[in-house]
Amino acid sequence: MAQKTYIQAITEAQDLALANDENVVIFGEDVGKNGGVFRATDGLQAKYGEDRVFNTPLAESGIGGMAIGMTTQNYRPIMEIQFFGFVYEVMDSLAGQMARGRFRFHGTRTFPIVVRSPYGGGTKTPEMHADSLEGLVAQTPGLRVVMPATPADAKGLLLSAVESNDPVIFLENLRLYRSIRGDVPEGYYTTPLDKANVIREGKDVSIITYGGMVHTSLAAAEELAKDGIDAEVVDLRTVSPLDLDTIGESVEKTGRVVVAQEAQRQAGIGAMVMSEISERFIMSLKAPIGRVAAPDSVYPFALAENEWLPKADDIIEKVKEVVNFD
Amino acid sequence: MAVKDDNKQVLDFNLQMEKQTDSFPMLQVLNNDGEIVDEDALKEAGLNEDQLVELMKQMVFSRVLHERSTKLAKQGRLGFYAPTIGEEASQIASNYAFEKGDWLFPGYRDIPQLVMKGWPIYKAFLWSRGHYEGNEFDDVNGWMPQIIIGAQYVEAAGAALGLKMRKQPNVAYAYTGDGGTSQGDFYEGMNFAGAYNAPAVFFSQNNEYAISTPRKLQTKAPHLAAKGWAAGLPSLVVDGMDPIAMYLASKKARQWAVDGNGPVFIETITNRLGAHSMSGDDPLRYRTQEEIDEWTKKEPLIRFRKYLEGLGLWSEEIENDWTEVVNEQIDDGVKQADGIDKQKISDFIEQTLEVPGQAAQEQINKFRGEGK
Repeated sequence: MAQKTYIQAITEAQDLALANDENVVIFGEDVGKNGGVFRATDGLQAKYGEDRVFNTPLAESGIGGMAIGMTTQNYRPIMEIQFFGFVYEVMDSLAGQMARGRFRFHGTRTFPIVVRSPYGGGTKTPEMHADSLEGLVAQTPGLRVVMPATPADAKGLLLSAVESNDPVIFLENLRLYRSIRGDVPEGYYTTPLDKANVIREGKDVSIITYGGMVHTSLAAAEELAKDGIDAEVVDLRTVSPLDLDTIGESVEKTGRVVVAQEAQRQAGIGAMVMSEISERFIMSLKAPIGRVAAPDSVYPFALAENEWLPKADDIIEKVKEVVNFD
Repeated sequence: MAVKDDNKQVLDFNLQMEKQTDSFPMLQVLNNDGEIVDEDALKEAGLNEDQLVELMKQMVFSRVLHERSTKLAKQGRLGFYAPTIGEEASQIASNYAFEKGDWLFPGYRDIPQLVMKGWPIYKAFLWSRGHYEGNEFDDVNGWMPQIIIGAQYVEAAGAALGLKMRKQPNVAYAYTGDGGTSQGDFYEGMNFAGAYNAPAVFFSQNNEYAISTPRKLQTKAPHLAAKGWAAGLPSLVVDGMDPIAMYLASKKARQWAVDGNGPVFIETITNRLGAHSMSGDDPLRYRTQEEIDEWTKKEPLIRFRKYLEGLGLWSEEIENDWTEVVNEQIDDGVKQADGIDKQKISDFIEQTLEVPGQAAQEQINKFRGEGK
């Protein structure tokens, strides 16, 4: 199997989606000739033409509205929001319109839209680019929020997202674009939405995480192994809706849990996971659930972001606290 | 020596202000007194006798629907209702220029256009009451009345681009009010459609009030139409009380768009003679009765009636007979709406995502178990 970067997997998935279904179109700021500011759509306009892959004027709300309008002509748009920090400009299209669309039309119309967008910190972007804003969309009924952690998942989940008739917010961790490589199966395949993945098996403690923090958690698990702590890492893959069965199986196996997220602590995905575990699996717990999250401040300026972001050491410390609890 | 002689013009701010004011004369074919003031334009509109009568019937339909809806709302038998009285030409005569295959993106006051497009009356009532069956549009190329002002413009731009890419001989058309022109989406919609040369027709029905805020507080622009120019669109001011002018402008705009020339923006000069909505709005808190009376003299049914009576195409008797027919249709609509099954919470969850998540499925099962 070929080793590919995360962003190569995303480009490949879009290439296959365009080839597989003539109703798929890709648009966003600079996605055409330039291939997007991160080259996620590199070469796709040249291959599929300007009718299939094209630039938009610089206005996120217009992009969102356009995607919604195009569904009336049976298109399946993949729209790119250049950075998820810009999502506020398109919140009505996402949360007010496409999320509610199927409901409002009483199931008679669907909104098969994929909203691709990079999120997450650690790459010294200008302010308002790097926030982890998945919570904003995950609390909105009617949206699926998918956050792949590996190149293979990025490809398989993106193709599933395109096939889904539900609107999918597909959040790509900016830090992972070129920093990780992984085996990516050839050709067209889909990875099921709503299915978490036990990416590292262990028996002592479950680290439940998603997106960029999966890699931070795996690094922490390697360090913990040296101290004799066998950590399981659960990659949620989809943060809304949650795969509670996979979470439950892991909790029942280890009895100890740490949730880890890159977003700030308040009202996060981690909080949701913790509350579901408390409600459903509390009798399996041997210790209070630990949480690793960014501090509850505004996302900091570039020079300070690596101090601020949760690190492997934070996870190691929290895991030890949970494992040593009697 | 080289001479650049237009610098003075660039720096002449007064000239700019004059141009803004003078650039948008209003299209009018039928004046307040029911007289044709432009025979050429009348010919260009090309409405034959049957069409004139049909248009009048649709406008009367809209007026009767307004009157009945107002009463039903007062009786608590409707939910949200936004009065349409006075805007029949702006709404109905514009809509009359479009075809079944065209896609309509209405605002919440634009119920009559949707009904004319084939949305059954009982569904309009169910929408107003807040029942999900109202929102099943079947084969009507229409969109749910938009609540978020301006969103219909960006959505119409997308539909228009889709129609162009599918090589359909159709357009998307969207309505908002004067307040809507202050929204960012208003500009983004026109600008996107313009950038893609997509076949869209955008209407701003300038009815002078956005709830209580008068038109002059929305913008310094002397004409809302000027905002279409900002996006490069042909932009017209049309007498929104004149059905023939409204039809002509809409027909020409549609043709321009279908011919591949891109979108058009139309500002209609009309007036909201009723309240903003039937949910507690009292216009006399922010406007005078005298002002309403002045505008009432210009309302479209008066002049269209006069004109058609002069042609021998309309009479009080015809109108009364037709009103009776419309009332029956509305009675049937109310009856049908009353007979609809209660909504189910399990259904709400099922209609949210096509494939529900695990927790949502548990909730569906729970509510279904309780018969809800």
